[in-house]
Amino acid sequence: MSNITNQSLSEILESIKSKKISSLELTQAYIKNIENAKKLNAFVTTTFDQALENAKKFDNKPNNEHLLSGIPLAVKDLFCTENVKTTAGSNILNNFVPSYESTVTKNLWNNGAFLLGKLNCDEFAMGSSNETSFFGNVINPIGDHLVPGGSSGGSSSALAADLTPATIGTDTGGSIRQPASFTGTVGLKPTYGLCSRWGIVAFASSLDQAGPMTKTVNDCSIMLEAMSGFDEKDSTSINKKKESYSKNLKDNIKGLKIGIPKEYRVDNMPKEIDELWEKGKKILKDLGAQLIDISLPHTKYALPTYYIVAPAEASSNLARYDGVRYGYRSQKGKDLIEMYENTRSEGFGDEVKRRILIGTYVLSSGYYDAYYLKAQKVRQLIKKDFDDSFTKVDAILTPSTPSSAFKIGEKTNDPVSMYLNDIFTVPVNLAGLPALSLPAGLDKQGYPLGLQLIGKALDEQKILNIGYAFEKNCGYKNEIKKWWS
Amino acid sequence: MSKEKFDYFINGEKGKYEVVIGLEVHAQVLSNSKLFSGSSTKFGADPNKQVSLIDSAFPGMLPVINEECVKQAVRTGLGLNAKINNYSVFDRKNYFYADLPQGYQISQYKNPIVGEGKVLLDMPYGSKEIGIERLHLEQDAGKSIHDMDPSSTYVDLNRSGIALMEIVSKPHLRSPDEVNAYIKKLRTIMRYLGTCDGNMQEGSLRADVNVSVRKVGDKNFGTRCEIKNVNSIKFMQMAIEYEANRQVELLEDGKEIDQETRLFDTKKNETRSMRSKEDAHDYRYFPDPDLLPLKLEQKLIDDVKKSLPELPDNKKERFIQEYGLNSYEANVLVSEKEISDYYEEVAKLSDKKLAATWMMGDLFAMLNDKGLNISNSPISAKNFAELVQSIKSGEISGRIAKEVFEIMVESGDNPKKIIESKAMKQQSDPKELEKMINEILSKNKDKVDQYKAGKEKLFGFFVGQVMKLSGGKANPQLTNEILKKLLKG
Repeated sequence: MSNITNQSLSEILESIKSKKISSLELTQAYIKNIENAKKLNAFVTTTFDQALENAKKFDNKPNNEHLLSGIPLAVKDLFCTENVKTTAGSNILNNFVPSYESTVTKNLWNNGAFLLGKLNCDEFAMGSSNETSFFGNVINPIGDHLVPGGSSGGSSSALAADLTPATIGTDTGGSIRQPASFTGTVGLKPTYGLCSRWGIVAFASSLDQAGPMTKTVNDCSIMLEAMSGFDEKDSTSINKKKESYSKNLKDNIKGLKIGIPKEYRVDNMPKEIDELWEKGKKILKDLGAQLIDISLPHTKYALPTYYIVAPAEASSNLARYDGVRYGYRSQKGKDLIEMYENTRSEGFGDEVKRRILIGTYVLSSGYYDAYYLKAQKVRQLIKKDFDDSFTKVDAILTPSTPSSAFKIGEKTNDPVSMYLNDIFTVPVNLAGLPALSLPAGLDKQGYPLGLQLIGKALDEQKILNIGYAFEKNCGYKNEIKKWWS
Repeated sequence: MSKEKFDYFINGEKGKYEVVIGLEVHAQVLSNSKLFSGSSTKFGADPNKQVSLIDSAFPGMLPVINEECVKQAVRTGLGLNAKINNYSVFDRKNYFYADLPQGYQISQYKNPIVGEGKVLLDMPYGSKEIGIERLHLEQDAGKSIHDMDPSSTYVDLNRSGIALMEIVSKPHLRSPDEVNAYIKKLRTIMRYLGTCDGNMQEGSLRADVNVSVRKVGDKNFGTRCEIKNVNSIKFMQMAIEYEANRQVELLEDGKEIDQETRLFDTKKNETRSMRSKEDAHDYRYFPDPDLLPLKLEQKLIDDVKKSLPELPDNKKERFIQEYGLNSYEANVLVSEKEISDYYEEVAKLSDKKLAATWMMGDLFAMLNDKGLNISNSPISAKNFAELVQSIKSGEISGRIAKEVFEIMVESGDNPKKIIESKAMKQQSDPKELEKMINEILSKNKDKVDQYKAGKEKLFGFFVGQVMKLSGGKANPQLTNEILKKLLKG
């Protein structure tokens, strides 16, 4: 059974159900993989004892009625997990052990899964390369010199390296889709409000959304079904009936209208990205979909808008990390103010500080109208662009990122070029829409590239269906040499 | 009440100054749980025992609005004759402080739940309308305790997250007396509505006081100073008095007033600067992305409106019409809902006017003496009504009634029982009285002669003798009549 961890979640679920493999054997196989993959630095915390215990419990009394029966899962370390350290990739939460479980992870456990460990991420999910983590950068299994994307870089790396059968991340401006694209995996950012934010360490509340990261589209629909749902503890949660995404997965997309936005062809975009997009269009067209040219005229303002709104919210969300009630506290300082200053100076890393400064600035009196308020207005225009387009099309196809995985350290000294990596992903967060990143091909270096399908609000099923059909006909296979073990 | 003239001015050498005051009252909402969490709001629990993960701002915690607090704000708004806004927004007010775990207070900035309204004050110089600018909902902070330890400050988060209504008045108040009347009126209205207990000792009602001065006749306002967090009416009045005089002195000296935030030192009876305008916090208000805008359905507002109790202004009018009270009496008797309830119960069973007189006299004096409220009065409304009726019917004299009243206070007994058991009934039988008076006259022949010779002052002496002999129970009116008749004969 040495190959079990190579398989997709749905295949593994089959094997568990048919008792081809026990949950314990499965868990042991992942633990072995994880222990051999320390070089990737994907994990901040492992919970092997607890996982083995849970696996045994399952094997003693197998209940296969759930969506994720007997499945060990590692999750991004931004989800609060009861009695398991939760760091958000930050020194300031280095010693923080929550007494509560986030709604999304609780949903997973209620569906029969159990925790395998906590995955590294950019500090407070602020980053596009997983290089801002207090626990060190994560390495992309695609190549030892490559970033895995960010902020859910531990998640994408672990998934691509077979250290977890599926995982979850959070996506504020592309943090699921970009790392998925960099590692040749599937990532979905659901509609804002579909998955509860309760118990997730907040970055930018109006943009944050948890979502699945998986090897296949079918796995993605299983995970989405398991993790989503209305939560009265989150005032922005959408109260709607739960959908059976995997049961309803169909690969017939004949007649669907796919919008191709002209604004997503940016200057200096590598030719390969353009070719990938063309390839995607052709696949969908061959499957009977209709391609329609559309315009999303305010796209060029999305990135600056995002880098005002997200830091503004973050500057306020991160005010609670003051060293008083939990987390890291500096021993230096002679009064309260100095204690705050030292705690936050020592507890936060540079990128987090940068965004707190930007956010504080754009909310300051005298600048609020010029920055924050204007950004909110532009945000409405961006949303309106999508609303207008969705009267004409069922989904929109774009590249996921303007490049493949870049080198470790390549952009760390140039925050703006780092931010540019989010150019195709942030508009979706600003508009609150669902978007799926699909592995679609390789660049000339052999690094994976992804395409993005954007859907109407709450139209996850449709983009999953298109993705499912695309996956079957794309011929992409993620073949990663396990150079690290 | 004779109408007096408003005369709160400060006389300087360069002119006569008027004091302009506006209040920001913070009223704790009566609700079982906090504004955005399920924690209890009960006063007096051990420190940090009523604190949820939300109140202490743990990572990933999210606020969820407590509907009861929203209804209480709507109720209060309606009680202030104010416009209720169907659309309001919760904003974050960002600042660092040890008793503010989130690092921001959730408040309402540009879009409050309640808009403009008004409050009527009864002043000796007539009634005065005070405009309400707005009412908004916000979270209370925790409490920093500085006096438990010489070197540390302790923080109690029980109060953190309790709902507050900030009620902002227009700058319509002109004297400490008006401030006193305004706060009391607000408190009365909120107590009638059951939206705030108004308990200033427990901090359920506090105010920031904005004070400025200007020469009488000036159209423009002077520069104002804000005195933060004053927690008793007396201190508010003292602070205003001090602050207004300080400002006048500055102006008289040709100096400028700095717009600043000041603190009132209750021990030294003075205000002192806390921070100037330049050091003012930049609170970086922005809409809280964890909460959706609050959209009130008209039905909710209408339902609350229908359930409102009779409010003091209306009740006062009714008391004047229905019970024949004068404006002053009606005012006193509606000042607290419990008092008005008590009065109405008494008035139903006895003489309405006499009941008012006795309540406002002996009953209030006794309660005041004993430090009691009407709701824990040792005399029930029913017994009090019986006492009033006994006086009205002439069964007992006013003097005896005072004795009966004392016994009622001590024993809580029914007045009839006391009157009977102590044989305190008034002697009103003319025959008995005549017999008694004849006896006295025959014993004091010399005085009767003197009286008849013109020394009429002696009449009082005879009355005194009758009262003495009857143990004070002789009906005074009858005694007078009979005495006069017999002395003539």
